[in-house]
Amino acid sequence: MAELLFWPALLLYGEAAVGYFGDMRHPGRAGRVATWGVRLGWLLQTALLGVQAARDDGFPWGTWASSLDLFVWLVVSAYLIWGCRRPYRLLGLIVMPLAVALLAVARAGGGTGVGSASHYSNLFLVVHVGLVLAAFAGFTLAAALSGLYVWEERRLQTRPATILRRQMPALATLDSLALRTVAWSVPLLTLGAAVGLGRLVARGDRLDALIAVTAATWLVWCAYLGLRLFGGWTGRRAAYLALAGFALVVVVRLALPATHFA
Amino acid sequence: MIRLVLVGTSHHHAPVELREQIALDRDQAQALAARLAEDGREAVCVSTCNRTELYVAAPDAGEAERAAAAALASLGPEIEPVLYRLRDRAAAHHLFRVAAGLDSLVPGEGEILGQVRVAHELGTTGPLLDRVFRQALHAGRKVRAQTAIGESPASVSAAAAALAEQVFGSLEERSILLLGAGKVSEQAARNLRSRGAEIALVANSKTEREQIHEQLAEVDVVIASTNAPGLVLEAATVAEALRARRGRRLLLIDLAVPRDLDSAIGELDGCYLFDIDDLEQIVVETLSLRRREADRAEAIVAAEAEKFHEWHASLDVVPAIASLRARAEEIREAELQKAESLLGRLDESQRRAVEAVTAQIVNKLLHLPTVRMKQAAAAADGVLYAEAVRHLFGLGEDER
Repeated sequence: MAELLFWPALLLYGEAAVGYFGDMRHPGRAGRVATWGVRLGWLLQTALLGVQAARDDGFPWGTWASSLDLFVWLVVSAYLIWGCRRPYRLLGLIVMPLAVALLAVARAGGGTGVGSASHYSNLFLVVHVGLVLAAFAGFTLAAALSGLYVWEERRLQTRPATILRRQMPALATLDSLALRTVAWSVPLLTLGAAVGLGRLVARGDRLDALIAVTAATWLVWCAYLGLRLFGGWTGRRAAYLALAGFALVVVVRLALPATHFA
Repeated sequence: MIRLVLVGTSHHHAPVELREQIALDRDQAQALAARLAEDGREAVCVSTCNRTELYVAAPDAGEAERAAAAALASLGPEIEPVLYRLRDRAAAHHLFRVAAGLDSLVPGEGEILGQVRVAHELGTTGPLLDRVFRQALHAGRKVRAQTAIGESPASVSAAAAALAEQVFGSLEERSILLLGAGKVSEQAARNLRSRGAEIALVANSKTEREQIHEQLAEVDVVIASTNAPGLVLEAATVAEALRARRGRRLLLIDLAVPRDLDSAIGELDGCYLFDIDDLEQIVVETLSLRRREADRAEAIVAAEAEKFHEWHASLDVVPAIASLRARAEEIREAELQKAESLLGRLDESQRRAVEAVTAQIVNKLLHLPTVRMKQAAAAADGVLYAEAVRHLFGLGEDER
């Protein structure tokens, strides 16, 4: 069953990634087809997560690979909030190839199958893994919005004749959406990390590299919020800081998980 | 059958000196349509700065055409040679192209759709004109939804406004500083104001321009179009103002030749500078995009015009179809009456079943002839088919 859901979801996400590429070259039908690919793929992946939870008698997010599966679902969910609107389709060009790649990695690590019941409690998985991953998904989306901001601002400064050919979100909108996304994500990370730390202290475990980099990530995104809300940071500077924060998210999600899940 | 007739002229056929003779405001257009409709006709007058067209629906196309041409000639005697006359399918196709903006000076311009809608509302319409105008509005909306023909700005002032939206999103409560007041800058300011922006200051004289530093820290858009021989705004002045802006974005539009704004301003963080060449290149590009999209729009319009033609042509055979169905129903009821003595033994539900079965037989028998007659009508054989049906089924002379 999980196989029957995984492959169509992956194919639909792949179709969306290709569709968004086509939409960039010739805006129109390719973009609409891609958006439907995201919607249907997301539904299938939701069903996949449901099947995994039902078969394993609990949330199967206790391994790095299965948490990556959940992370992809959260990123696509967050993207779907705006991605269906035409001006934001270009965002899909950043989000969907990433989703395809990460979902494939999750599968390679055995995170999309069934029969990997976790030794963690469901409550811990939801509050710690769920919240931390939701925050990381938010940061990923904020970084995508910031990347789009930098690209669009560059176009406004180089002034190509084609600048108005494609419907794009306004610079001010991208800037404010990135801020709002981070403003939601930082409290989620704070709460999720606090729960994890509480468990760590209670069990007397030691800090690992992933926890240290997660703390650094938390600091960067807190700094982002502080500088934007109280330091008057806006526009390109804030966008670069968001991209730097996302680099840490990549390290946490891809480079160091072995130290934590082991 | 009621015929559709179009008589009018447009920018393709008549220069402005002639068009202005027959240009009508809303009240005049409404009155003209009402006058033409006095003899039981339907009439709508579409009058814009680029065209005045009369759409008339009447049984006698020739007579309707003459009446419409005479009505226009009474407004401008010299207009007669530049009038075009179209009928039925061609007239509908023309109206659909007009509503889609394909007949406009700038392909895809959006204002015409609203003008056609108003003309429809003010006209004296009946079944035919109501249908053709509704379908034209539908075609116009479909073209705008399914193609990119109307998405990009078609003038320098519209391009400036579109760029402002690209930077700020909504222009509500955004403020504009006007340096100089040339025609194009006024148009650009008007365009921005129509989207919610406000003019904070117009600095026309040299003295006024020397006092804009404070305003530079406040406004969102600067539009410059002075006749000054040199730069009016240096990059250093803007850089100083930026410190007080706390990262707020500033869009600067330089419409002057020689330029008013230092080109180095465009390199400052948070400043976006466009000069007249940039805007003109954007307009050239967007116009070429509109022309490319026009091919797709033409296909949509043609499909809609074909649908209208099929409906219009089917009107030829509608009376014959109605007579045929009435005759069949009459026979069905008569036969049921004859069998009353047998049916009397049936209970209510069995009687209803017999009614339903006989009605279904009639419907099934007549379905294919009805479809074929409508198809034949669209292919111009409708009248022949209708006559044949009347003859074969002995439909009465009163229905002819």
